[in-house]
This record gives sequence, C-alpha cells and structure tokens, in this order.
Amino acid sequence: MSAVAAVQSPWQTAGIVRIEKRTPRVTSFFFRPSRPFAYRAGQHVDVRLTAPDGYQARRSYSIASAPETVGAIELAIEKLDDGEVSPFFHEVAAIGDEIELRGPLGGHFVWPEDVGGPLVLVGGGSGVVPLMSMARHRAARNSTVPVVLVFSARIWDEVIFRDELIALDDRRDGFDLVLTLTREAARRPADYVRRVDVAMMAQAMARLPEPPGLAFVCGSNAFVSVAAQALIDAGVAAGNIRTERYGV
Amino acid sequence: MVTRGFSSGRRPPTDDDARIPPGQYLEQGFPVLSAGPTPRVRTEDWSFTLKHGPRPIKKWNWAEFNALPLTKMTRDIHCVTAWTKFDTPWQGVLVDDILADAGLEPPTGFTLAHAFDGYTTNVPVKDLTGGKAMVALLYEGEPIAPDHGGPARLLVPHLYFWKSAKWLNGLQFTTRDEPGFWELRGYHIYGDPWREQRYTGDP
Ligand SMILES: Cc1cc2nc3c(=O)[nH]c(=O)nc-3n(C[C@H](O)[C@H](O)[C@H](O)COP(=O)(O)OP(=O)(O)OC[C@H]3O[C@@H](n4cnc5c(N)ncnc54)[C@H](O)[C@@H]3O)c2cc1C
Repeated sequence: MSAVAAVQSPWQTAGIVRIEKRTPRVTSFFFRPSRPFAYRAGQHVDVRLTAPDGYQARRSYSIASAPETVGAIELAIEKLDDGEVSPFFHEVAAIGDEIELRGPLGGHFVWPEDVGGPLVLVGGGSGVVPLMSMARHRAARNSTVPVVLVFSARIWDEVIFRDELIALDDRRDGFDLVLTLTREAARRPADYVRRVDVAMMAQAMARLPEPPGLAFVCGSNAFVSVAAQALIDAGVAAGNIRTERYGV
Repeated sequence: MVTRGFSSGRRPPTDDDARIPPGQYLEQGFPVLSAGPTPRVRTEDWSFTLKHGPRPIKKWNWAEFNALPLTKMTRDIHCVTAWTKFDTPWQGVLVDDILADAGLEPPTGFTLAHAFDGYTTNVPVKDLTGGKAMVALLYEGEPIAPDHGGPARLLVPHLYFWKSAKWLNGLQFTTRDEPGFWELRGYHIYGDPWREQRYTGDP
C-alpha cells in the first residue's frame, strides 16, 4: 500500500449515449465514461457543468443501473423548474454531449447482494433511483434475498420505472412492489393512496418471511424523515436504517 | 472542460465570490443530510463525555454543560454536497472552554467526535482550539432542531460540514488521526473546502 491514498474517482468525461423519458418530469440519461468504473448498487456520481467563464455547478445523482450492466451508466434526473442543473439536462443536454462526472461515490447507502437481507426499500419520487439499482442488481444476480420496495409517487404516471418494477414484481421470486400514490386512486389491488406511515411499513414488512436485516430510505429530506420514523415505529432498529437525503 | 450549452447558471453576485469555495454554490435554505434516521435525544438523557483514549476525563449533563461560558459564532458553512450557506448564527461552548473546565491540556494532536447514533468523525486538535470550534447549543437563538443535530452538535465551520457532527455526545483524544464514519466510506480525512478535499485522496 502506498502512504498516500489514491485520489478516489477523479473527474472524467462521459458521453451521453441515450436519453429516455421515464415520466413527465423524469428523464434517464445514459453516460459512457471515458474510463469505465465498477460500482455498487446505491452509489452516486457527481456531475459538474462548466460555463465558458469557468463558473461551475455540481450536483450528485444516484446510479440507476445495476453494477452488472455493461456499457452506459443510467442517471434518472427529475426536472425542478427553477433549478440550475436539472433543467440543463432536460432542456439542453443531447446525445453526443460530453459531461464531466466523477464516481462511484458514497460507501454507506450501498447494497451488494452478498450482504443479504431481507430488505425494506422505501423511496419517494426520484428517491427510487438508487433502490432501482438495488432491485436490478438483485435480479441480475438471480438473488433470492426477500425484498419489499415501497415506492411513493404522486400519481400513477409519475411512477418512475413502472413497467420494469411491475415486471420484477411479477416474477414472484421474493421481490415485492408496494406502490402508494398521494394524489390519485390506486390502480393495483394491494396499493395505497396515502403518504407512508407506520401501518403501511408494518404491512409491507409482513410480506417478508422474517424481519428485515436492513432498510434503505431515499428521497427528499421531508420524505426520508417521515419514512425512517415510520420504520422505527414499526419496529426496525434505527441502526439498521440507512438513509440518502436529496437535500431540501 | 466547458459544457456545451451551459452558460448562465445561477451564479452568485460577484462580491460574494471570495466567500464561496471552489465547486460550491450558495444556498438560502438549510438542507439536511445524514446517514440514518434522526435520533430524538431528550435533554434529560443528554450528556457529553471528554475522553483520552478509552479513559473518561470528565462528563457533563445538560444543565452542567449549559452552565459553561456561551459564545456566539456566525460563520459561513460548506457542505460536501456542494452548498454553502452564509452567516449561520450559532451559540455554544467553545472547545477551549470545555478543555478549561476539565482542566485539560490537549494530550494528543487528534480527536474523534462521537454522536448518539454511533456516528464518528475525526478532527485534529489544532482545528478545534484557538476559538475555531464549539459545541453548538443554539441556532438563530433557538434550540437546534433534531434534524440539524440538536440538542448539541459540533461546529467546525472551516471544514466541510460532515465534520460538524450532529447529536454530539463526546470528544475523544486519540494518539493517531483515526478516520471516522464518512472518512472510512470514501470521504476525505481532513476536508478543507478551500482545497476542495471532498473524497479520499483529493490533494
Ligand atoms: C446523494 C444524492 C443523490 C441524488 N440523486 C438524485 C437522483 O438520482 N435524481 C434526481 O433527480 N436528483 C438526485 N439528487 C438531487 C440532485 O443532486 C439535485 O439536488 C437536484 O437535481 C436539483 O438540482 P438543480 O440544480 O436542478 O436545482 P437547484 O438549483 O439546486 O435548486 C433546488 C431547489 O431549490 C431551490 N433553490 C435553490 N437555490 C435557490 C436560489 N438561490 N434561489 C431560489 N431558489 C433556489 C430551487 O427552487 C429548486 O427547486 C441527489 C442528491 C444527492 C445528495
């Protein structure tokens, strides 16, 4: 080992190779890094934009693709109308553009499949992105670790990765999807129409064969606070809950 | 590398430029980031322990700690997730005053700050003493909200904000510079925002 730690994940350029609209407000951008890197499900990258006069804006985005995916890395970016970076992606970025990013980053909100479970995943809006990487990772590994994903969205058409999540649920291989819509009626029999709460967490966990070993909660700060507290009230030890907060 | 089509951005007024470290942007709100759920620590259950290695030197309960001299500190803070917030007003007990109350000269050059949720972060002694850091008890004159680390958090404003451990319950002198929670998970051992030391190995 060298005395000086190596620079972790230096900045590099990555080309946008594909753009796919996921919902009215969320679009996936697929990046091919000039120096490909291995990552774990749940990690993120930092992206930075540079103006001609040197001004830079940087933001973090979770990786949506599974570590097993060959080639491009998927970031799913929600457009905040008055934001600085997300509208750039939605309105300006195009296939062929080179963007600077560094990654993988974050060593806590990660789930390599061999860590085991069962798992409770709770995502609000774009907070589902790192959980999607975990779900895809699980599927790619043909894992049998029991997982329940509770995904809160405002309306049915804002359920990011909806078809893919329902397809994973339909495999009946131990991955369970629970959707809860906050502004529209439920479409699937077992889904909810309210904000996450203790009862919902308790019922979601009851779908697992045994109590969860780990819980991952991701979304806005307000969402994460409520969901993490609901998990604690439903009996999950605080030390087993990992959170990723997208800030405000 | 200039990004095609990125020209405007939400740049800060130029007279603020000198206060914003590289790669940071100015934030008006106060975002919350933490590794797990927010612990609800009641002041009745709160205590703060000063340790040298495994050995406790002195322990204060909430009332005893609040009887120590209170100092005001208004500082810019810098989060590694790239936001900077100007002029955040805190009140608390300087680390200098804690050491004085314990009658302790720093026995080593390094510390680990400990929190109620098991979080730790390492800070060299030279970054805590000389009026540089405090255990904050009030924000904007009010008790610090649980999400922001109340009842008490460390405040080391000149380093990235993960060093300002929330829900603080102790400070431990260590012989070596021992990486804490985030430092073991890819974040920089020191974390100077002006040198942009975000991740392990950043120069
Ligand atoms: C680890 C991590 C992972 C993340 N992963 C994802 C992800 O997978 N997908 C995703 O979509 N997001 C993700 N985020 C959030 C993302 O990093 C950005 O915060 C988000 O895209 C908003 O950036 P923005 O530049 O568009 O908006 P910003 O310019 O940062 O603004 C955010 C909001 O704050 C308000 N605001 C901020 N500053 C001002 C100001 N000066 N004046 C007025 N209003 C202001 C804006 O109104 C806006 O609504 C993640 C965040 C973290 C920390």
